[in-house]
Amino acid sequence: MLGQIEAQKLCQKVLARCGSDPAEVVVMAQDSALTRFANNIIHQNVAETNALITVRYHIGKRVGSATTNRMDNAALDELVEQARQNASASPEDPNDLDLPEPAAYTPVPCFDENTAEMEPAERAKAVGIVCRLATEKKLNASGAFSTGAEEVVVANSRGVFAYHAASTADFQTVVMGSDSSGRAHLSNWRAADLPVEALGSAAIEKADRGRAPRKIEPGEYTIILDPSATQDLVDMLNFYGMGAQAVLEGRSWMNSRMGQKAMSETVNIWDDGNDLRGAPIPFDFEGVPKQRVDIVKDGVVMGPVYDRYVGQKMGKASTGHAMPPDFRNMGPLALNLFMAGGDSSVEEMIRSTEKGLYITRFWYTRLVHPTDCVVTGMTRDGVFMVENGQIAYPVKNLRFTQSYVEALAHVEAIGRETHLFVSEYGGISTRVPAIKLAKFNFTGSTV
Amino acid sequence: MKELLSRALNLAQLRGAQYADMRIVENRTQSLAVKNGVVDSLNFSDTIGFGVRVLVDGVWGFASSQNLTPDEVDRVTGLALKIAQASALVSGEKVQLGPAVSSQGVYSTPIAIDPFSVTLEEKLAILLAADGEMAKVQGVRARRSNMAFICEHKWFANTEGAFIEQTIYETGGGLVATAVGNGEVQTRSYPAAFGRQQQTAGWEVMQKWDLPGNAQRIASESVALLTADACPAGLTTTLILGGDQLALQIHESCGHPTELDRVFGSEAAYAGTSFLTTEKLDNFRYGSNIVNLTADSVRPLGLGTFGWDDEGVPATSSPLVKEGLFVGYLMSRETASQLGRTSNACMRASGWNRIPIVRMVNVSLEPGDWKLEDLIASTDDGVYMETNRSWSIDDKRYNFQFGTEMGYEIKNGKLGRMLRNCTYTGITPEFWNSCDAICNADHWVMWGTPNCGKGQPSQVAHTGHGAAPARFRNVKVGVLK
Repeated sequence: MLGQIEAQKLCQKVLARCGSDPAEVVVMAQDSALTRFANNIIHQNVAETNALITVRYHIGKRVGSATTNRMDNAALDELVEQARQNASASPEDPNDLDLPEPAAYTPVPCFDENTAEMEPAERAKAVGIVCRLATEKKLNASGAFSTGAEEVVVANSRGVFAYHAASTADFQTVVMGSDSSGRAHLSNWRAADLPVEALGSAAIEKADRGRAPRKIEPGEYTIILDPSATQDLVDMLNFYGMGAQAVLEGRSWMNSRMGQKAMSETVNIWDDGNDLRGAPIPFDFEGVPKQRVDIVKDGVVMGPVYDRYVGQKMGKASTGHAMPPDFRNMGPLALNLFMAGGDSSVEEMIRSTEKGLYITRFWYTRLVHPTDCVVTGMTRDGVFMVENGQIAYPVKNLRFTQSYVEALAHVEAIGRETHLFVSEYGGISTRVPAIKLAKFNFTGSTV
Repeated sequence: MKELLSRALNLAQLRGAQYADMRIVENRTQSLAVKNGVVDSLNFSDTIGFGVRVLVDGVWGFASSQNLTPDEVDRVTGLALKIAQASALVSGEKVQLGPAVSSQGVYSTPIAIDPFSVTLEEKLAILLAADGEMAKVQGVRARRSNMAFICEHKWFANTEGAFIEQTIYETGGGLVATAVGNGEVQTRSYPAAFGRQQQTAGWEVMQKWDLPGNAQRIASESVALLTADACPAGLTTTLILGGDQLALQIHESCGHPTELDRVFGSEAAYAGTSFLTTEKLDNFRYGSNIVNLTADSVRPLGLGTFGWDDEGVPATSSPLVKEGLFVGYLMSRETASQLGRTSNACMRASGWNRIPIVRMVNVSLEPGDWKLEDLIASTDDGVYMETNRSWSIDDKRYNFQFGTEMGYEIKNGKLGRMLRNCTYTGITPEFWNSCDAICNADHWVMWGTPNCGKGQPSQVAHTGHGAAPARFRNVKVGVLK
């Protein structure tokens, strides 16, 4: 970790090398560690220290960039020269490329020193509790406990300097029997707020209850989704439509639904990089302050999130959703998603269901068709038949092929509690509740 | 570099490690993309770092850093040892690595033209020319052309006496045209799905791919797909897969389930396990008797081709499925030892900051005897599909569903109408046992998959898959909703 003062010095050194040409520096640093376990033992246990510096160099309307993780003066000389050469070789971009001017953002205090500096032995002890509980039930626990700290720094030649430091923690476990499995997962920026033992117990309870699953026929079912499964719905809708570039190119599920009530009126989805209940970061990777953006409000599709580049093509201001340098060509995306809770619970949803499926999570979901966000994927780690208001028996995993937009048009209940998950790829955080959907289309089953 | 490697290994041994290895990896990547006539990205990345892996009293520890100084090597080695001590708090049977590995040597990808020696202007001219060709086709909404060149320089040493140095080159690139209209969004890619074929090779393969020469064709196909008939729904029929789609089918339904770490449960919490459990070895009919699948790290152009894996084990070739019988796994030293075998060089890390884990190398379907035109001519009724659009498979690698960019109806031995939104689904061994024809070596291409995710923290591996078109009977197609 660099710290704010060293980060500022580093950015100044890079910008000084750019002379009078407009330039932007993004630094992403991390000190992270992960303890991984399987078969009730720790089998992989790792740590990483890294910092990537990317400079975006402008020569008039030509732009080029370069990245390094070397910090010495010679490396910074080379970095800037490489970005300058790339800009020189690039044809002019007719779009507006001006760098943003400084804008005030409110720092978000989400750095917990104990989390950032957690010792490997502390993670091991926590993991050990879950492994012991699983062993006692003759089950097999696997999973990962990660902790660490990260910094994001954005500076440019117009005077922007934005610095954010955060701690990170994530615990997930899959507990398996010979023919069953259960899973629990939570993320938080404070490791002490992760109830590791309770998560382990929840996964164990599901694996225990899931023994001897029955094969059922695919078809249309009412479903009750744990928050882990709801996360997939919101994340896929984000990837394939909540960013302005997808809308601009006509491939978003929003395109034909803008301003229309496309989902149940209890569905509210928004992005907020300043909310401490998520994994906040108060500015985007161009240093633009993040705005709260309502994406679906009372079931009505409100619109996507914007960065400066795509926004100016659409006559819209940036909402503070520019992506990190490596992902910028994906266009803007929502990175701090929330779905509003309701007034129910999983237990109440089960009690109110005559026949349906209670699902822990979705797995390996992929877009089949973009305009309705049709997705295929599998259930995993605990699926149960619900009959007459009770869990009747566990069932084998099913494949579904379903429009996620249409699924959310049939919401029957939403859980009061919301859970936070930070995804492996891209660090997208999603806080979501359990939900009950009236119908969902299953198209196959597995062995 | 040798001094730093020795420093870490000596320190690890002095402080009680029974085994240690260290990798230093320097990665140079140049990436270029043109979108709708303007440069979308033009970046050069130059990163370096090292990772130290230690085995102490039979348990692992690993730490890594980008700061390549003697002091940092000492700190990171110490941290790896401390982490191993923590691992011991929740440990089981002691790790056994099998026979010692003391490889020595230097390897470099054979290339004709160093891709970093070609000017940016020449590369951009090709991408802009391809973009211009796609722009000539009315109805195309988004055009993207891209190239990426990688040079990875690796040093590896272990406490058993290995010291090796490797330089791996990769060249990748391609095109994507997206058409929007008629309530549809349709995409075509070239030379492979998602606009990216990639091989261990130099600039010469980019010249061979001829991006501008194929740009108009794929743009026209994307527009034609908007009004093409939909793939018949819920039909069970004969399916012929193009080589590019078959490559991903091999990756998902053959490559991943033969990873021995998955079989042993190491990936249970994330990537999943495998239906190919050890009692099936030499005892399970995976496919029909014409199905031969090979894992190798020696074939030219494959993204799994190298001199040694990241444990220093020499590149090799071994069968996974022989005449339909399941006969082999992808293995590391540790997993092979558990099975009483020796590693077939499948331990790979995505960079200096990751531990090596069992990964695919080049997992390929060996060619058969058929010419593609004869294969189609001998098919009365069915569907031909090519170029992946979506892929999904369960955590044991049984139930899969794939979508492709484009398909054609086959009627009376001829390709008929174009089909959009093609999908097919099946169960892995049933599918491969239904394979009754594979095209010959003239149709066989080494495809690259540069986006294989596995492990925690996540690792993205580059894998190779040789494949020629093949035919499968009684496959369910047309699963859209």
